[in-house]
Amino acid sequence: MALLEVSNLSISFHTRHGVTKAIDNVSFSLEQGQTLGIVGESGSGKSVCCYSLLGLIPTPPGRIDSGTAFFAGQDLLNSSEEQLRQLRGNKIAMIFQDPMTSLNPFLRIGEQMIEPLIYHRNSNRRDARKQAIALLEEVGIRNPQRTYNCYPHEFSGGMRQRVMIAMALIAEPQLLIADEPTTALDVTVQKQILELINQLRLKRNLSVIFISHDLGVVADVADQVLVMNAGRMVEQGTTRSLFNHPEAEYTRKLLAAIPRGNKPTANRATVQTLLSVTELTTRFKTYHQGKQDELIAVNKVSFNLQRGEILGLVGESGSGKSTLGRSLLNLIPPSSGSVIFAGEELVGKNQHAMKPWRRRMQMIFQDPYASLNPRMTIYDALAEPLLLHGITTKKNLEQHVLHLMDDVGLARAYVRKYPHEFSGGQRQRIAIGRAIATKPEFVVADEPVSALDVTIQKQILELLLNLVEQHNLTMLFISHDLAVVRYLCDRIMVMRQGQLIEIAGTEILWNSPTHEYTKTLLSSSSTALG
Amino acid sequence: MWRFIGSRLLQAIPVLFIVIALTFFLVRFAPGGPFSTEKAVVPEVKRALEAQYHLDQPLLVQFGSYLSDLARGDFGPSFKYPGRSVNELIAAGIPATAELGFYALIVAVVLGMTAGIVAALSPNTWRDYLPMSSAMIGICMPTFLLGPLLVLIFGLWLEWTPVSGWGEVPGDKILPSLTLGAAYAAYVARLTRSGLLEVLSQDYIRTARAKGLPNFIIVFKHALRGSLIPVVAFLGPAFAGLLSGSFVVETIFQVPGLGRFFVQAAFNRDYTLILGSTVFFAVLIVVFNLLSDVLAAWLNPRLRSGLGDRS
Repeated sequence: MALLEVSNLSISFHTRHGVTKAIDNVSFSLEQGQTLGIVGESGSGKSVCCYSLLGLIPTPPGRIDSGTAFFAGQDLLNSSEEQLRQLRGNKIAMIFQDPMTSLNPFLRIGEQMIEPLIYHRNSNRRDARKQAIALLEEVGIRNPQRTYNCYPHEFSGGMRQRVMIAMALIAEPQLLIADEPTTALDVTVQKQILELINQLRLKRNLSVIFISHDLGVVADVADQVLVMNAGRMVEQGTTRSLFNHPEAEYTRKLLAAIPRGNKPTANRATVQTLLSVTELTTRFKTYHQGKQDELIAVNKVSFNLQRGEILGLVGESGSGKSTLGRSLLNLIPPSSGSVIFAGEELVGKNQHAMKPWRRRMQMIFQDPYASLNPRMTIYDALAEPLLLHGITTKKNLEQHVLHLMDDVGLARAYVRKYPHEFSGGQRQRIAIGRAIATKPEFVVADEPVSALDVTIQKQILELLLNLVEQHNLTMLFISHDLAVVRYLCDRIMVMRQGQLIEIAGTEILWNSPTHEYTKTLLSSSSTALG
Repeated sequence: MWRFIGSRLLQAIPVLFIVIALTFFLVRFAPGGPFSTEKAVVPEVKRALEAQYHLDQPLLVQFGSYLSDLARGDFGPSFKYPGRSVNELIAAGIPATAELGFYALIVAVVLGMTAGIVAALSPNTWRDYLPMSSAMIGICMPTFLLGPLLVLIFGLWLEWTPVSGWGEVPGDKILPSLTLGAAYAAYVARLTRSGLLEVLSQDYIRTARAKGLPNFIIVFKHALRGSLIPVVAFLGPAFAGLLSGSFVVETIFQVPGLGRFFVQAAFNRDYTLILGSTVFFAVLIVVFNLLSDVLAAWLNPRLRSGLGDRS
């Protein structure tokens, strides 16, 4: 008999605004020692489905309408809260997407780790501590004796995720539910965490449900894959057959949306240099252990950008790529070096002197929800830069805003709506519209598609390519996703610890990277589908 | 940590100086004086009195000598209570006021946190609405109304408690403490509720639930600590407020505390007593603000290491 057997599960949410079907007739089963990947875009119900098995969705508003779920013979949907509580963290453990927020910042790591042992096994603290330290060592935490007494904020994201994994496994569960466990991590760290989960799985004969929006990751880890869309099962099968011979239309669409291969449009780079950067350095003051210290976020970076070119900038978090982007626009004043834009030195210009240049250089941010003012309609958001830079008159303003909306593919009827009324992809369109409103020559796009689902990501990438062509833009495209960068950019620049490691034409860098670090990056990015 | 406390105490010196200077000159510029009464005083007598208390000297000289006395911990003689120093008067008033303030603080913390936790655990039910609307009433109701009301109900109708006094008959400290603590309990309840609700929606609470921890542990070990930070930030200044703001309650219940002197001193233009109580309360406010910052840092490990960085 399978370890977990879910059949015909339907869940709906009942709110004042009506009933939403979150899960509609979903069935799957999982054998001991196997990995099931559940793939879907945001809102597809993949998390709700798993949370409901453990009684972790709030009821109300959630309600399980029908179906059965058996775990090792136990009827999950008819178990009491107390029975489910005894399963959670004991027989079935979970790890979550964001290791930065999933650990309690007020409690020491050791204290959090041993809780499953104390509340499920009645262990005494000394034995629990011993087990926790052994497990910390096993998940690759150096100096676990010391780590045991640390607080979460003293660790990097990857280390915290290792702690989360150790905490989940401490009570020796039979099933691990991993909800987007690597989404918030850098590619090289992601690879390490995936390997770690796989190792631990083999060693303990653990069953894993791996929830992810990233088809590449799922292809690497899962035996079976379940594709979900809008609460329904789209397709289910072994990983190999599903990726090689997808049957459902939606699966094919998902697979097609993964950026792969090189840039579909011609290289538009001209011989004219638009931006010339020499020995650019940006330092921050930091305080650590009582000493004032300096963090060199960008360290003597030099490069040129030709008019019409799309330059990709890749690197892991903390490599200084965002700081570089902002330093170019003088949003963070550089400490030294030179940035010559269209023949004019920008370093050392104050905010007032920058104003005419702001019009010509714009920025698109990663999180369109956080970077759009929630109290301004899109009309206001798009009209503001137009009026500020005197690009249009009050009389023509409305026409101008509507044209902008056409440009970025937003229906004109939305013009009076507020950011929260839009989906993530639409919000990013607004943010792009705001950036191109002033008809800039140069745009810095900082991870503009990282927060988006893969099909939406594809649409936004197409939009960016179109806009570059139509408006004759030059772009610095910052991303941690190598496949996206390859698809979009003419040249790629690799940064690490503030330094420029390598810069080369996209295909040259892709096929024959010279630097060791670039090779590691390329091999870490999921290549199963690339 | 010690350096943090030290630097905060140093910062307090200019604050105290400004408070002293403002109070000193404001009360001097207010019309009237300690020796102007309705009855005409013989000019010679008045002059002699003013000379005895150095009021005939230039204002700046008086200010200077007041400061130098203060630096030695001497608040000077009272103008209205002949033969008694301000130090003696404050010392006489402190025990009752401090005790009342302490009980009121306990009322505020125990009542407030209990109500806040109960409300946050079942939001938007009667268990939320009942304590929260009581809290709203508690905030709205001034002590001079609540005090007599409690006296009426518990002292006169039910005859459970004495109606006034302090430390004379058993139970006479209950009503003053309740009256003084009620409004603060209401604030604490609202802060606890909103803090706890916010923390309960955090990702790490989901993690705790996924670990299968009992509800009691989730609330009291994982959630409460984070939600207490705003409460502690409020309680520091609030306790100073409790002490200095107790004069209405002290008057209603005939408590021999500091508040009484404070009010009388203002009416009497008893310059040194006004100044003395003001400085005393200013020091209290500074100290309790510092105390609540230290406590907040102790609650929050991220802040704690931030403080450690500078020590």
